Amino acid sequence: MPTDPANRALVRLLDVGRDFDVSRPWLNRVLEGAPRQLLRAVDGVSLEVRRGETLALVGESGCGKSTVARLIVGLYALSHGRIEFDGTDLAAPDTDAAALRRRMQMIFQDPYASLNPRWRVRDIVAEPIRVLRLAATPEAERERVAQLLRQVGLAPEDGEKFPHEFSGGQRQRISIARALSGNPEFLVCDEPTSALDVSVQAQILNLMAELQERLGLTYLFISHNLAVVAHIADRVGVMYLGRVVELAEAQQLFAAPRHPYTRMLMDAIPDLQMTGKARTPVAGEVPNPLAPPAGCAFHPRCPHANDRCRAERPALLGPSTGAVACHAVQEKRI
Amino acid sequence: MSSAPLLEVKDLRVEFPTRRGTLVAVDGLSFTIAPGEILGVVGESGAGKSLTGMAIIGLLEPPGRIAAGEIRLECERIDNLPAERLRRIRGRRIGAIFQDPLTSLNPLYTIGDQLVETILTHLDVGRDEARSRALRLLAEVGIPAPEARIGHYPHQFSGGMRQRVVIALALCAEPRLIVADEPTTALDVSIQAQIIALLKRLARDHGTAVMLITHDMGVIAETADRVAVMYAGRLAELGPVREVIHEPRHPYTSGLMGSIPKLGAVKRHDRLVQIDGAMPRLNAIPAGCAFNPRCPKRFGRCTAERPEPLPVGNALASCWLYADGPR
Repeated sequence: MPTDPANRALVRLLDVGRDFDVSRPWLNRVLEGAPRQLLRAVDGVSLEVRRGETLALVGESGCGKSTVARLIVGLYALSHGRIEFDGTDLAAPDTDAAALRRRMQMIFQDPYASLNPRWRVRDIVAEPIRVLRLAATPEAERERVAQLLRQVGLAPEDGEKFPHEFSGGQRQRISIARALSGNPEFLVCDEPTSALDVSVQAQILNLMAELQERLGLTYLFISHNLAVVAHIADRVGVMYLGRVVELAEAQQLFAAPRHPYTRMLMDAIPDLQMTGKARTPVAGEVPNPLAPPAGCAFHPRCPHANDRCRAERPALLGPSTGAVACHAVQEKRI
Repeated sequence: MSSAPLLEVKDLRVEFPTRRGTLVAVDGLSFTIAPGEILGVVGESGAGKSLTGMAIIGLLEPPGRIAAGEIRLECERIDNLPAERLRRIRGRRIGAIFQDPLTSLNPLYTIGDQLVETILTHLDVGRDEARSRALRLLAEVGIPAPEARIGHYPHQFSGGMRQRVVIALALCAEPRLIVADEPTTALDVSIQAQIIALLKRLARDHGTAVMLITHDMGVIAETADRVAVMYAGRLAELGPVREVIHEPRHPYTSGLMGSIPKLGAVKRHDRLVQIDGAMPRLNAIPAGCAFNPRCPKRFGRCTAERPEPLPVGNALASCWLYADGPR
C-alpha cells in the first residue's frame, strides 16, 4: 500500500458479487417443478476508487454498473465479497456503517423521479442537514441551504419553489445541492446526465468538475456514454455481463483499448468528426444474463475467441494503470 | 437538386390552443427531402422536431393542429386530407418508426400476424404471398432464422431485434418516405450502430427517403445527407451534414457542437463549451430571434426582428449575422 495517504484508496471493492432471485413464484415452483433461478448481476468485481479521482464505470444496459453503485452506497446488500470505505469493512460487525455512509452520497439519473414533488426545494436540500444534525440553529440551516444553492448555480430564492418549476438541468443541480449538503467526501453518480439535453449536460459536467476541484470530492461515475466518460474520468472500468473486463487510466484506455469488447464499444460510437474511418461492424447482442456463456462471457461475439476462451474464464490481470481480462491479450494474440 | 422533392414542407405551423392562449410549437418551418435522401432533424427536447414528424404522418394529438403551411408528398398536398384518405397514405407511402419498439408492436399478436396484416391492408396480394413477403422482410432487416421467428410474440425479442421488426413493419408496403423518430435512442451503442447501418442500407437499396429525427448529432453525422437544426420550433440551420458539423453558421449550432463531449479531441478537465440558460418555454418565446437571450453574438437587430433562413455557403442559417450576404 502506498505510504502517501493522499493516494490511498477511499473505497475498495474485493471480489464483490450480487445475485438476484428471479425465480417463478413459490406456487409455480411447487406445481410445475420450476427450479430456483438466480441472476448474477455483479460477479467478482474488485477495484478501488482513489481519493480525489473520478473512476468511471461504463457498459451497456444490464452489465451491472448501476448495481455496483447501489452496492457501494448500501441500497443493495452484498451477496459475496466485501466493500471497504477508508480502510474499514462496511459489513464488519463492529463497524458503525451509518457513520461511514454519511460520508458518501448518491446522484440519480432521473431528476424528475428523485425529488419529492410536494417538498419545497429548501426542504429537499436541507433534509440531510436535518437528519445528520449539521446545523445548530434554523438560521444556520437557512444560511447553509442558500450557500449550497449558490454553489450549484441557483439563486437562494429558488429554495421557496417546488421541483416542477424547474427544468431537467436545474433539477439535477438541486439533486447535486442535496447530495453536497451532508458534506460528503465521495459521490456516486449514476448516469447523472443521461436524461439531459447535450447543452444542459455540458453545464452539469462543467459544474461537477468545478465542485470536485473546489471541494476535493471523489467520484464514482456510472455512464453508458463513452464520450462523457472520456471527458470526466481519470480511470475507467469497462463492464460486461457483471464483470470488469478492462480497468485502465482514461487516457490509456481511449488511446489504446485492449479488450476486444472495449474496442467494439469504441468502434460503435458514431463518428462526429466524420473522418470516414472504416469501422468494424458490430455483431450480435449481449447474451441472456440468466444463462451466461461459459468461459469468457464475451466469447460468442469476439473475433479472437478460441477454445480456451470458451472454457476458461479470464482474470483481470495487469498493472493498475491498465488491467485487462482477456486470454487473447495475455497470450499476446492481439 | 435536379429531381422534384419527394416531400416538401412549406411554412409549417403547429399550434396547441390552451386555456391560457395558443402555443406555437412549430413556427414557419420549410424544408424538402429528395428521393433516396436521408434528412436529419436535430434539436433538444421541446424544439418541435417530433411534432414536425407527427404533423407529416398526420398523427398530431388533438388539440394540436396544423394552423398554417403545406405538406406535399410527391407534389400532392397531404396536410388537409380527410382522415380516411390520410390513413391509406400512412403505411402505404409513408412508414413510421418510433423510439420505443415495444409500444410500437401489439403484444397480443405474433410478429408474423402483424406483418401479414399490414401487407394485406396496403398491398393487393394474397395471404401466402404476404407471408413470404414478411419472411423476406425479416431476413432483410437482419433477423436470424425468420422461419422460426415469425411465429414469436414481441416479448420474445430483444430490444434491438424488436426495433428491426418495427423497421420491417414500416417497410411492408414499400413506402416512399420513412419518418424515423429517435429510432436508436432506446438502444445500446453497439445495437445502435447496427440499426444505423441497416437504415442507411435500406434507404440506398430502395431509394426510400428518410426523415431521421434525433437529438444525437453523432447519429446524424453517421447517417444523414443533410441536416436541419431546430430551436424553439423554428429552423436554426439547414445544410449538408459535413458543412453544418465542421463549419456551423448559426451560433446555436456552434454552441451545440461545442457542448458535445468528444472522444479523443478533448483533454480531461477542459471545460465544455456551454450555452448558458435553457431553451425558452413555448409560452415565453422571446421577440426577434428565439435564441437571442442566450446568444454570444447578439446585436440590436436580433431582439427586434425575427431572422428568416438566409443562404450561407451551401446552407441556410436563420441568423442576422448573415443578412448582408455570405461572410
